[in-house]
Amino acid sequence: MTLDPVVLFFLLGLFAALARSELKLPPALYETLSVFLLLAIGLKGGVALAKTGSPQVLLQVLLVILLGTLLTLLAFGILRWRLNRADAAATAAHYGSVSVVTFAVAASFLARQGIEAEPQLTLFLAVMEMPALVVGVLLARLGDGQQLRWGQLAHEVFLGKSMVLLLGGLVIGWLAGPTGIVSLSPLYVDLFKPVLSLFLLEMGLLTAAKLGGLRRQGGFVVLFGLLVPLGFACIGLGSAYAMGLSAAGGLLLATLCASSSYIAAPAAMRIAVPEANPALSLAASLGVTFPFNLLFGIPLYWMLTQWLYA
Amino acid sequence: MTFHAKKLLTIVTEAVLEAPLVKVLQQLGAHGYTVSDARGGGSHGVQGGGWSFEGNIRVDVVCDTAVAEAIAAHCQQAYLPHYGLILYVSDVGVLRADKF
Repeated sequence: MTLDPVVLFFLLGLFAALARSELKLPPALYETLSVFLLLAIGLKGGVALAKTGSPQVLLQVLLVILLGTLLTLLAFGILRWRLNRADAAATAAHYGSVSVVTFAVAASFLARQGIEAEPQLTLFLAVMEMPALVVGVLLARLGDGQQLRWGQLAHEVFLGKSMVLLLGGLVIGWLAGPTGIVSLSPLYVDLFKPVLSLFLLEMGLLTAAKLGGLRRQGGFVVLFGLLVPLGFACIGLGSAYAMGLSAAGGLLLATLCASSSYIAAPAAMRIAVPEANPALSLAASLGVTFPFNLLFGIPLYWMLTQWLYA
Repeated sequence: MTFHAKKLLTIVTEAVLEAPLVKVLQQLGAHGYTVSDARGGGSHGVQGGGWSFEGNIRVDVVCDTAVAEAIAAHCQQAYLPHYGLILYVSDVGVLRADKF
C-alpha cells in the first residue's frame, strides 16, 4: 500500500528542515492546529460514544489506566540500566504517555481502508496521557526526600491543554449526538485530514530540529526509542485482544502504547522533575519514536494485528 | 521634570516557569510585571521558541532595591540549579514613584 499522503507532509517538513530551507510555520499556527485536532478527535469520539457506548467501557478505561502505569514502570526499569533516576523517570513518563498525532495518523490509516474502530478508543487516548505523568514524578521523587507538590502536579495533569480539549470535545460530542453535530462537521470532520497534514508538516520541521540533538545522546537512546515502541505495541495488542476489542481497536491501542508524548510530558516533567535533562527525553520521543511509528510502526502493527486476529 | 530612582529587574528564562515565577513576583512585593516571548542563544543552545514549552520568556519588573534583591535571591535558590535563567538589574527613573 502506498504511504498515506498525510505522512508525505511529514516527510516534506523533515526534508525542508534538513535541507536548511527557509520554511518556518508561525508558532501561533501550530498552537491553533493542535487545538483543532484535539477538539476534533474528542468530538468524533463523543458522537460515536453517544451512539454505541456501553457500561463495559468504564471497566476498559480502568484497565487502560493500569496499562499506562505498567508501561511507565517497564520503561523506567529498562532506562535505569544506563540513566540516572531523574532522566529515567522523566523519559519513562514520555513513553508511558501517548501521542495524539500518532493516534490520528493510525486512525487515518484505518479510515483509508474503510475500517472503523470502537468509539471508546478516543476515551482511552484521553485517559492514557495522565497516569504516566504521575508515575514518572513519583519515580523521580522516590526516596530523594524532596517534597512532592501534589496540588501543582494534579493541576498540570488534569487541567493540561490536551486533557481539557480532548475530554471537553468528548463531552460536547456525546451531548450533541449524531444529529446535533451536523452543523459542526464541515469544520471538525471534513477538514480533519487537511489540517492533520499541515500539522504533520510542522512536526517534520520539529523532528528535524531534534535529530541534531540525538547525536549527543548516544546509541542507547536511539535503540530505546526504536525497540520499546515495538515491545509496547505487542503489549497493547495483547491487551486489546484480551479486552475483546476489534482488530481496528487493537491497532489503535497498540499504537497508543507504542507512541510517546512530546507535548504534555515534556512540559509536565520540566516543572515537576527539573533536574532531568529535557533534551534527552525529547530526542528519543520526537527524534526517534515519533517518526518510526509514523513511517514504519503503524503498518507493522497492522500486520501484527491481522496475524493475531486471523 | 523629576524622575524617581527605581530598579528594573529583567529575567530571561524558560517559558514553563512563567506561572510559578509570576506568582512568586507578586508574593515578594512586585506591584507589576511585563512578560514577553523571547528568542536567543547562549550556553543552553539556541532557544527557537518553536513550541510553547521550549520557548523563552523575558520578564521585566520595576521595583525597589529590596524587592529586586528578594526576587533575585529566590531565583538563585529555586531556579538556577536546573533551569536556564539569566537575571540582571539596571537603574531606571520612573514618573510616578507610588506606582511601583
